[in-house]
Amino acid sequence: VKPNSNRIDPPGSFKISDNFRSYSGLRRKKNPILRSLGEKESKQQSKKMSSIGTGYDLSVTTFSPDGRVFQIEYAAKAVDNSGTVVGIKCKDGIVMGVEKLIASKMMLPGSNRRIHSVHRHAGMAVAGLAADGRQIVARAKSEARSYESVYGDAVPVKELSERVASYVHLCTLYWWLRPFGCGVILGGYDKDGPQLYMIEPSGISYRYFGAAIGKGKQAAKTEIEKLKLSEMTCKEGVIEVAKIIYKLHDEAKDKAFELEMSWICEESKREHQKVPDDLLEEAKTAAKTALEEMDAD
Amino acid sequence: MDLNLDAPHSMGTTIVGVTYNGGVVLGADSRTSTGMYVANRASDKITQLTDNVYVCRSGSAADSQVVSDYVRYFLHQHTIQLGQPATVKVSANLIRMLAYNNKNMLQTGLIVGGWDKYEGGKIYGIPLGGTVVEQPFAIGGSGSSYLYGFFDQAWKENMTKEEAEQLVVKAVSLAIARDGASGGVVRTVIINSEGVTRNFYPGDKLQLWHEELEPQNSLLDILNAAGPEPMAM
Repeated sequence: VKPNSNRIDPPGSFKISDNFRSYSGLRRKKNPILRSLGEKESKQQSKKMSSIGTGYDLSVTTFSPDGRVFQIEYAAKAVDNSGTVVGIKCKDGIVMGVEKLIASKMMLPGSNRRIHSVHRHAGMAVAGLAADGRQIVARAKSEARSYESVYGDAVPVKELSERVASYVHLCTLYWWLRPFGCGVILGGYDKDGPQLYMIEPSGISYRYFGAAIGKGKQAAKTEIEKLKLSEMTCKEGVIEVAKIIYKLHDEAKDKAFELEMSWICEESKREHQKVPDDLLEEAKTAAKTALEEMDAD
Repeated sequence: MDLNLDAPHSMGTTIVGVTYNGGVVLGADSRTSTGMYVANRASDKITQLTDNVYVCRSGSAADSQVVSDYVRYFLHQHTIQLGQPATVKVSANLIRMLAYNNKNMLQTGLIVGGWDKYEGGKIYGIPLGGTVVEQPFAIGGSGSSYLYGFFDQAWKENMTKEEAEQLVVKAVSLAIARDGASGGVVRTVIINSEGVTRNFYPGDKLQLWHEELEPQNSLLDILNAAGPEPMAM
């Protein structure tokens, strides 16, 4: 067994096999999906830069020579594989919508909720690995509760997003933890008005007027940019979000989907709620009509 | 009558907090007693927690100081985390958290008053057991017993800053006249959107109440008078 603790290898000559023998001879189990992603990445990268994903992507505690942490980027890819989640900040509140891809016809409509209430005044829409998302929502609920029990006031949305972000970031710091494979859109209404935050698997959290994650995020962002959010009310926003989600749903790749939407606005008394059924139906009909008009063109 | 100099420092006290149209006025006397001995006749019972929140302390001097110190520290951290000044509500709740959880060991009644941009001027009373109650005005300390009726009659909504301060000074001065454990000077702190103003009213300049006499041959006057002219040569 070769001890390699004092060796400093130049990048090109890094040999995994040498190092792995020195880790007490454990057989390396490589995840086939990840390996194929790594190779894809490496093939793309090798055209641009000398360093490759291979070897630097095994642990979240390893930086690549060009300063990237590949594990975090792979975690973001898990988010990109999930159904689209869209959130917008209208002038009087927040609207969030999820394109819930239905895996099986036998699932009950309305089950497997992707949007969760974190507190009376805040809600979270999750994209990516559902189980990871459950964990993040549970943590957010617990942070909101503990803030209120200590400070006696509802948690400001900014503070909540910072706490959730630092929890997500925590899991990118240790080799014995893997990063969360989900991104979260957090919408809330506090003393400073309605606010929308997005938290990525890397632990970054920014405030947005409009945000989208998941499969159709590029198309969704383009559509959101076309909207005049500062003049839109939440009622109009619900219709627009439905239209966006219907528009970017790919009928060829994914079969059926269920639209799940929630809002926080003056009409919902500044509380996070499911969009009322009648408004949701109205939004769905408007979205389908818009699609047909587009197809007819 | 024995001077028990080992008795714990207690602030007999009269403390008052009043909201007005645009902010709050906090007022207090200045006597700290150790049994029958006045340990400090010019103490400052109105302590700062943040730029915009102050607290009036009564009861055990040590307990109230320690609680204020902890809450000042917590609020400092909270302000850094939030990126903006803490609200009066949060300050009051932090004091309440300490007062309630340590109710067996503490003996201090506090009045938290301040101004923030969301709610404006607010007063919160936190008496002995650790309740927190938001009030348009609050009174506390041993001297407050004599002020309940006074405030019932004299308090009104939406006073101006000058009216509110006059009310506070009058109230503390009345309590000082009747309560042996309150005395000294009257200190007031006015907090509003523009900032904080501290005022000081010396005890002998306060209005005389029923059966109070003008000072006669007062040592203060004799000592402060100008000395005899030096002899001209």
